[in-house]
Amino acid sequence: MILAGQTPLKVSIAATVASLILLGVVLELIRSRRLRERYALLWVLTGVVLVVLSAWRGGLNTIAGWLGVETYPPAVLFAVSLLFVLAVLLHYSTVLSKVTDENVILAQRVALLELEVSELRSETPEGRPAPAEPRAAEPAAPAR
Amino acid sequence: MRKLAIVPALNEERAIGGVIDEIKAFDSTFDVLVIDDGSHDRTAENAAAHGARVVRLPYNLGIGGSVQTGFRYAFTHDYDLVARVDGDGQHDPGQLTALLPVVLGDVADICVGSRFAGSGGYRSSGTRRLGIRILAGTVSLMTRQRVTDTTSGFQVLNRRAIALFAQDYPHDYPEVEAAVMLHKHRLRLAEAPVTMREREHGSSSITALRSVYYMAKVLLAVGVAMFRRRATPVEDA
Repeated sequence: MILAGQTPLKVSIAATVASLILLGVVLELIRSRRLRERYALLWVLTGVVLVVLSAWRGGLNTIAGWLGVETYPPAVLFAVSLLFVLAVLLHYSTVLSKVTDENVILAQRVALLELEVSELRSETPEGRPAPAEPRAAEPAAPAR
Repeated sequence: MRKLAIVPALNEERAIGGVIDEIKAFDSTFDVLVIDDGSHDRTAENAAAHGARVVRLPYNLGIGGSVQTGFRYAFTHDYDLVARVDGDGQHDPGQLTALLPVVLGDVADICVGSRFAGSGGYRSSGTRRLGIRILAGTVSLMTRQRVTDTTSGFQVLNRRAIALFAQDYPHDYPEVEAAVMLHKHRLRLAEAPVTMREREHGSSSITALRSVYYMAKVLLAVGVAMFRRRATPVEDA
């Protein structure tokens, strides 16, 4: 039997409320399409884990016991949230790197296309774009 | 044989025209492609006035992104050979005579003009020279080949090297990492001694203050590059 410390009820309630608010905000952001699901997954996971650990005092006390946190189990909440924050930050760095790479490719393509367009333009007489082929008349909308 | 000279330039309105004229004077069969990396002056206009094709990047991509734009262009337009000449005038196109035979004779896939391979009279500050030594030593160890100048952008490349770099090219200070990449792809790198000129205008992109940051970044990049999977080069159709 491990002699674990106990989580005070007030701490548990406060932490649960805070985690629920976090989870609610995240879900609302997804619902209103201000946060893409693929970037939200980590946040949802963070929220769910924090809600569970905050509300389930027995669980938190037990985990604290496993980890050797004997005097104050809510310290585990800090540790867990810190880990998640680091994970989210690292995830952002990878996303940012990917966006940067994509931006470079886009800039290169745009620049090369611009060169090609200007060369095509100057091949037509008077440096103007060739008149577009007259389009086949669109079938008129059937009158009703 | 279709030959292209890639000239990356950033705010080089005073030097760029001369560079283009020198390339044309050296070998008029070279097409010249200037990559304007977001200049704020008349670099692009002056380059066009001297008969170069000009790619204008919408914003500054850095030397790696600029040069890769040129490789992409060379690849899609079926060039067989690329010469890379900096737009600031420090490379003398006449000295391509030292680089071209190495690639044309299929001795190597890329030939780099080195300031230290021969008896070149290149002078630079002590710290900068030390930095170049450290980088050259590291790259030499990694590629099991003596490399003396890992920061030189004066290069001639064949179709195989163009295809590889069109697909994948390092970003900020690309030459060092590119040397390691070439080794991993089993492309052959050779050096030929050249002398470089003092910069005519403008200032080098590497200031003394940034050198340490640069070194750390490059060493990290090179170290990681050794453990990276090979990018699949686009098939040479």
